[in-house]
Amino acid sequence: MNLIVIFISAALINNFILSQFLGICPFVGVSKKIDSAFSMGIAVTFVMVISAMVTWLIYHLILVPFNLQILEYVAFILVIASLVQLVEMFIRKVSKPLYDALGIFLPLITTNCAILGLALNAVLNEYNFSETLIYSVGAGLGFTMALVIMAGIREELELAPVPRSFQGAAITMIVAGSLALAFMGFAGLI
Amino acid sequence: MRNRTVIQEFIKGLWEENPVLVSLLGLCPVLAVTVSAENGMAMGLAATFVLISSSFLVSMFRKVIPGQVRIASYIVIIATFVTIADRFLAAFTPDISKSLGPFIPLIIVNCIILGRQEAFASKNNIGRSLLDALGMGVGFTLTLLVLSSIREILGSGTWFGMEIMWPSFSPWQVMILPPGAFLALGCMIAGANWINRRRKS
Repeated sequence: MNLIVIFISAALINNFILSQFLGICPFVGVSKKIDSAFSMGIAVTFVMVISAMVTWLIYHLILVPFNLQILEYVAFILVIASLVQLVEMFIRKVSKPLYDALGIFLPLITTNCAILGLALNAVLNEYNFSETLIYSVGAGLGFTMALVIMAGIREELELAPVPRSFQGAAITMIVAGSLALAFMGFAGLI
Repeated sequence: MRNRTVIQEFIKGLWEENPVLVSLLGLCPVLAVTVSAENGMAMGLAATFVLISSSFLVSMFRKVIPGQVRIASYIVIIATFVTIADRFLAAFTPDISKSLGPFIPLIIVNCIILGRQEAFASKNNIGRSLLDALGMGVGFTLTLLVLSSIREILGSGTWFGMEIMWPSFSPWQVMILPPGAFLALGCMIAGANWINRRRKS
């Protein structure tokens, strides 16, 4: 039961983009086309799940026993950076089509604050291993959903008469604001 | 780039190349912490500190760091200074540190800071890098201050915790909730576009 609550809360109520503001850069940058938004979302989810598990293990098996919590940030960001590199090599070896589809998005994930934010949040909330796993899957799917919805709206927006000063980033923010307003409706879910 | 005067190096970060309004970098903390002017200010100052110190180190070691591992080196340098800033805030201003939450550690992955190291500090001498970092930092802090002031005044009727609106004013709750952040920033970007267009014509 607890796991279901964590999943729904991570995916909808505390949606990473629309209510916690994590991962805004790809949200603004890669949300022009539905296909690329979807690929980006899946790639982020993938890295999120793996890095959440690895950083959980490192924090609880290495940093805590040796009383080195002060190195938390340096250790996490190094793990994430090398993990992204590893995942990239692994995908290229195992599935060439998937690698081509993800393309440039994979290396960019290192600087996505959603990944580091998730690892830090899992430590902050004192989740155990299975809770961290469910939390990362939920957050990743919520991220993908927000990205795909936004891309759908932006594809329509290209045909709309937007005031000149609002063209580009400004109207994207306004649309994101209305989406965030809609997502606030999920607050009563649990 | 080379023939900019010293003053121009500093000024460009304030408006012309403002990291938030023009380059759209580092939007996550901008949206998340601007609930009150105090938080916005603290975030801006912390990021400025990290930006200046890491620009100094990166610029000093720019001839020593090998090209292939430069990004990883920058990230470790940045993460070290972020840890310092985080411990400092937790020790001296525990309330602010608590309300900023994970966004202090997330300065590590703030694209403004990594971007300035890659685009500027790794190619220029220490003096110019410091001026560039200072300009970008001040531009970032001012933008945060304006955005968080708008949100705090409209959303809770206060500014830095002081009551400033008339008594019958009812606060616009939405401004301090997530949607308000997107709406306010959208209007600010549009305002900056409008002013730039007016200045050109």
